[in-house]
Amino acid sequence: MNIVVLVKQVPDTGAERTLSQADHTLDREDADLVLDEINERAAEEALRLKETADAHITVVSMGPDSALDAIRKVLAMGGDRGIHVCDDRLHGADVLTTAKVLAAAVRTVTDVDLVLAGNATTDGQASAVPAVVADLLALPQLTQVRKLDVAEGRVRAERETENGEATLDAPLPALVSVTEKINEPRYPSFKGIMAAKKKPVDTVDLDDLFPDAAAFPVTRTRVVEAVPRPPRAAGTRIADDGSAGRQLAAYLIAQKLV
Amino acid sequence: MSRKPMKDPLDLLDLSSTLTEEEREIQATVARFLADRVRPHIAEWFENAHFARELAPELGKLGVLGMHLEGYGCAGTNAVSYGLACLELEAADSGFRSFVSVQGSLSMFSIWKWGSEEQKQEWLPRLAAGEAIGCFGLTEPDFGSNPSGMRTRAVRDGDDWILNGSKMWITNGGIADVATVWAQTEDGVRGFLVPRGTPGFTTQDIKQKMSLRASITSELYFDNVRLPDSARLPLAEGLRGPLSCLNEARFGILFGAVGAARDCIQTAIEYADSRVQFDKPISAFQLTQKKLADMSVSLSSAALIAVHLGRLKDQHRIRPEQISVGKLNNVREAIAIARECRTVLGANGISLEYSPLRHANNLESVLTYEGTSEMHTLVVGQALTGQPAFR
Amino acid sequence: MPHVLVLVDHDGDRVNKSTYELLAAARRLGDPAAVVVGTPGTAARLGRSLARHGATSVHAAESTEAAEFLVTPAVDALELAVRETSPAAVLVSATTDGREAAARLAARLDAGLLIDAVDLDSSGVVTQIVFGGSYTVRSQATHGIPVITVRPGAFEPEEHPGEAVERTLTLPGVDPGTSARITARRAAPAGDRPGLTEATVVVSGGRGVGGTDGFKVVEELADALGGAVGASRAAVDAGYYPHQFQVGQTGKSVSAQLYIALGISGAIQHLAGMQTSKTIVAVNKDPEAPILDLADYSVVGDLFEVAPQLTQEVAARRTGS
Repeated sequence: MNIVVLVKQVPDTGAERTLSQADHTLDREDADLVLDEINERAAEEALRLKETADAHITVVSMGPDSALDAIRKVLAMGGDRGIHVCDDRLHGADVLTTAKVLAAAVRTVTDVDLVLAGNATTDGQASAVPAVVADLLALPQLTQVRKLDVAEGRVRAERETENGEATLDAPLPALVSVTEKINEPRYPSFKGIMAAKKKPVDTVDLDDLFPDAAAFPVTRTRVVEAVPRPPRAAGTRIADDGSAGRQLAAYLIAQKLV
Repeated sequence: MSRKPMKDPLDLLDLSSTLTEEEREIQATVARFLADRVRPHIAEWFENAHFARELAPELGKLGVLGMHLEGYGCAGTNAVSYGLACLELEAADSGFRSFVSVQGSLSMFSIWKWGSEEQKQEWLPRLAAGEAIGCFGLTEPDFGSNPSGMRTRAVRDGDDWILNGSKMWITNGGIADVATVWAQTEDGVRGFLVPRGTPGFTTQDIKQKMSLRASITSELYFDNVRLPDSARLPLAEGLRGPLSCLNEARFGILFGAVGAARDCIQTAIEYADSRVQFDKPISAFQLTQKKLADMSVSLSSAALIAVHLGRLKDQHRIRPEQISVGKLNNVREAIAIARECRTVLGANGISLEYSPLRHANNLESVLTYEGTSEMHTLVVGQALTGQPAFR
Repeated sequence: MPHVLVLVDHDGDRVNKSTYELLAAARRLGDPAAVVVGTPGTAARLGRSLARHGATSVHAAESTEAAEFLVTPAVDALELAVRETSPAAVLVSATTDGREAAARLAARLDAGLLIDAVDLDSSGVVTQIVFGGSYTVRSQATHGIPVITVRPGAFEPEEHPGEAVERTLTLPGVDPGTSARITARRAAPAGDRPGLTEATVVVSGGRGVGGTDGFKVVEELADALGGAVGASRAAVDAGYYPHQFQVGQTGKSVSAQLYIALGISGAIQHLAGMQTSKTIVAVNKDPEAPILDLADYSVVGDLFEVAPQLTQEVAARRTGS
């Protein structure tokens, strides 16, 4: 079975995130970058499948030089090879371009049976990239999955969203995005970390993936204005006169928190 | 200049820039494992004097146990990586670092270095996996710095040996599946592997400790314990056997102390940033800054010593007195830092919610075991003057 | 006026409140055209209430298998509707299904995708709040027909009664080789709360909760908000709530969008675990409790009065009554 895992490097969730003054994109230089946690679970799911069936795992990541660290991490966990899409022209790529590039990278892998991804990344992407990749590759999307079974050429999955749960069924090849509930990812072992250095990683750019890379825009949206929200000011304080619960509800609604 | 406090005081000199990518990944993996599995519980374990034995197989899976040894299921990393793992382990708690040091550098190393092929095959894979636990008996109730006076004796009886005596302050003793025990024989000091359950071999855990509470410390008793000659470590002759193991363990300690100190300073910086007195964070007061600056300077030099000695060890040219320099300096500085950090935390510093006093208490043991500060001072003194001043 | 397509969220019989919010938002850009994807007869059932909330046309994309496949039928229907109506924009609720449908549509149209809008002006510039609330961003599409997902609750539903023209969209058959079939559906199990560190909303109780029973009030509010339950060390030490829910120095650190502290005084150890939360609300009887100084909104009062009232208000809003 050929499995492709899509991973992404994101700023550490503990770190404060800032937007670059110049172009309103996420300032990645300012933060510690780590393999996104949910992506790690996608990788773990691929590794579990590899334990029960003969599987070859390709790790794909799009991003600057440092994205190689995310690929190496999954290789250290037990992945087999990496594809690193690295191109300065992708700076500020929108969801669509990201998905197009990832889909193109997946197409370079022959006979893919399963594409695995995290359901969302913690850095503000729309949680929709996997669905778009599925659309572009004409694969069934089994997204937001908390439980996965792959057997006899079919994939069965439990999807969980704010609307409840659903059981999904589709033939392979298919794309699956997993939620944080699906598993506990393993730690890479020291032997794995040392072995990862010897595993192949291909670095490709847009021209390797597209005959005419200039033909599509990097982003189809534009940030007109980005304003840091003011720091916490002295808050509102009320004494309960019997209506504090209602006043509190009104406050939360006004803050768009409810 | 950022107004945010520095997260890791070792960034002051950008220590990680001296490490390879592989070394950084190993360090980060250990740190993350501990953040997930140990840090949330360590205060409770320390308070309840609980050693989380169930973590041993997980540490084994990671490759921590005997990580710097080659073969037999060991990871085979370099010495610097082993040191960095110890640094992170001790940043969580000296008790965990002690467990790993004893398992890897004393128990496993003694078998790996001095054992027969059969002994290695029997014990090393299980010890590396954390399925079996090892301990190391050299110190006795009456012989600490002076092991040559040990009273534990092994006497030939036909093809067998009869072992009598006791060992004291033995980390992992009560839970060990195999003990490396050093005893006097008529040919000098020899090492024996004594499996748990051997008739006449009993252990007693030491209670009411003020230090290393999240680790097990025991006394070992040997009452006419009969061992076949195949239990003897065939390649170990004289005190050089156990002392070579101690050098391995001390190497981990001199990194570990850096970890404990770093954790204390991180805690103090974070606390000083959030603790407001007289309408400003106490980190904005000069006296607090002097403490933090002095401590971070001494932390930085301890870390540089550790990495330097690691590089020497990886080039196979480290000398015992160099390890003494590292252990003497780094543990001495770490305990001073831990106590000073406690003062930054004020009354909150005496609570197990914060790490400095726990580290300070743990470091009392670390200061003494694997060669007391006094002995290491004399080792350095002898190296400088050529004059042994031990007795 | 140009058409603005709105994807209708429904359960087969009733339109979800979030759709009325979309219709209100759509009216800022043009004439709302509702797209109903469902089994035959659905659009007829829903048409009247859509028209009452401003829909000027209802596009029925109906087939027996429309509800059996995940997301694809909605994408197909929107794509057809776009080709037929050349709308000024497409609006979809920023639910999980909605986000996925919108993104796939945008990909097929090669159009700008604007995510999680909380506001929208007549020129199509949307307002978004990003990075856990640390930035307010205004953006617009530069390419193709803007596809906008709108955060539920960001707009108020408006009644704007009128007549809606009915149109039919002929959905293509779904290829089961490229779409996942939904073989069963279940409501989310009750009491299935998000994990503390991942939750966007955390409701925590302290010593003031008074006991195990008192934590029911905390749990009910958390459930109404779809949040996680936390506890202070004092509450855990007193045995009111299990240790794994402890927030603070020796417990978990949370960085929620909304942190509600009930009966928590705000010892420095607790603050260390929650003060990076974006909005902090505190309810405490003691007017001197330190947490009240840190909170964005604080109530001096009895949590057993305030919290249930808040729970009720939130629950009422969630059901759209």
